[in-house]
Amino acid sequence: MTSTRARVPAAPAAIWLVVEGLWAWYRRNWRSSAVSSVVEPVLFLLALGLGFGSQIQPTAATGGLPYVQYLAPALVVASALQTAAFEATYPVLSAFKWKRTFIGVGSTPITAAQIALGQLLWIALRLVVSAVAFLVIAALLGAVSGVGVVGSLFAAVLAAMAFAAPVVAYSATLETEGQQFSAIFRFLVVPMTVFGGTFFPVDQLPAWVRPIVWVTPLWHGTELSRAAAFGTGEALAVLGHLAYLVALVVIGARLAVRTFARRLEV
Amino acid sequence: MADGALVRARDLTKTFGDFEAVRGIDLDVRPGEAFGFLGPNGAGKSSTMRMVSCVSPRTGGDLTVLGLDPNTQGPAIRARLGVVPQQDNLDNELTVRQNLHVYGRYFGLSKAHVRAKAVELLDFAQLADRADDEVEPLSGGMKRRLTIARSLINDPELLLLDEPTTGLDPQARHLLWDRLFRLRQEGVTLIITTHYMDEAEQLCDRLVVMDGGKIVAEGSPAELIAKYCSREVLELRFTTDKPDAAATEGLADRVEVLPDRLLLYTTDGEASLAAAHQRGIAPLSSLVRRGTLEDVFLHLTGRTLVD
Repeated sequence: MTSTRARVPAAPAAIWLVVEGLWAWYRRNWRSSAVSSVVEPVLFLLALGLGFGSQIQPTAATGGLPYVQYLAPALVVASALQTAAFEATYPVLSAFKWKRTFIGVGSTPITAAQIALGQLLWIALRLVVSAVAFLVIAALLGAVSGVGVVGSLFAAVLAAMAFAAPVVAYSATLETEGQQFSAIFRFLVVPMTVFGGTFFPVDQLPAWVRPIVWVTPLWHGTELSRAAAFGTGEALAVLGHLAYLVALVVIGARLAVRTFARRLEV
Repeated sequence: MADGALVRARDLTKTFGDFEAVRGIDLDVRPGEAFGFLGPNGAGKSSTMRMVSCVSPRTGGDLTVLGLDPNTQGPAIRARLGVVPQQDNLDNELTVRQNLHVYGRYFGLSKAHVRAKAVELLDFAQLADRADDEVEPLSGGMKRRLTIARSLINDPELLLLDEPTTGLDPQARHLLWDRLFRLRQEGVTLIITTHYMDEAEQLCDRLVVMDGGKIVAEGSPAELIAKYCSREVLELRFTTDKPDAAATEGLADRVEVLPDRLLLYTTDGEASLAAAHQRGIAPLSSLVRRGTLEDVFLHLTGRTLVD
């Protein structure tokens, strides 16, 4: 891009420019979110993985591994999903409603669809960075069992985006922040984190609860992540998890494109 | 652009549900002119501006901007437009300079070009000494100037300003007018909405008055005053014993009765005042002034409050 004359950027470049705009803000304001997306999961890893985990014998339920190594690949998914949930809610509504920055971008050659996809790509990149940071720290703490954890990184970002994409689409429809975002955190994110298979195997739950867990992106991501980290994946199950999560990302992204257009092009 | 119009609208309409915001207007904005939309709140000015700036699809009628159809070539048109929205949408948490950098990039401009252009625009907007400060603490006038500077980052052929000076103090308004005047001299075509009549008289070569989604008058400020007002207006103020309109019969072309005064629209205010005195009308005070766009506006759109 070396143009000195205004023109319409090609679609991939346009999406990237939206990422660039969001990055310009983040570069000045990264500190608080770095704490919540990296430091917090590390504290969980220390307290639950090493502290609480010291009381747990490696068994078949933990794949024969120390608890902290059992926990780490799931914790990276859960914390990515939490970061994604935050990034998909307040900043999106704000860009339409309070800061109105998306309204400004709407007056440029960038289209509403490109803004939506740029926003999603930005969240995905944010997740990659914080998940890598977490995994490096986890490795230093001896919580990583092997190189398969690279697959966990992919699983974490995919599962988190499977949740974030529909939420981004929803956030673009809101006029004000009533209780909707707190409801998302209270009734979706927190129960998923606690019961979605992060801290203990889902088959310990009552039989009637399990189907509810199976529809959550967190559970699919956690299964994928542990399969990658421990090398225990079965082809069919892995494909099933991947297909489910990819479908959620695609549906969510399409919805986001639609709700962004409806918001901006009135 | 066969007829050379930068913006051409025919029977343009916009509806939101059951509400008809714009009800069939015709427009031709010519290159190099400053074109104004006047009208009370809810007249359809902003809806029209949003359609012309290619962010809001039209409901009906024809519209071309820079010779292109917004429905099919919105991004290509927007690449050549500058837009100053009614409500600032700067990123308050970035610096003044960063706002220009980030925005310029959306127009496919290189980083080097945007950096150089930003320096030029910061000078133009008299913001060079605040360039690396955050936007948040800036005054309303500074933010407005930055929004205008930002709208120029792509060297637009057509600049759309929606109520550019609303809420600014007189110094800030005059500085903005000066900047807009300079842009006009550089050949940039301006479309401005305002409900400040002095602003319209200062800035616009030609304007339309909108009311209830329709254009109710069109022309240069002088033409509109000649057509809908009178050369002079005689204001007679009273406290209690205000004469009724009948007493002023024949003194002026038109008489308007307000709670505290009579307005006599006339070609010669002093002559009308003398005639009124002869009839024994004794106002508390009197004032002869020239007819203004404000008189035209109130005549065309009424004195009733629209909210």
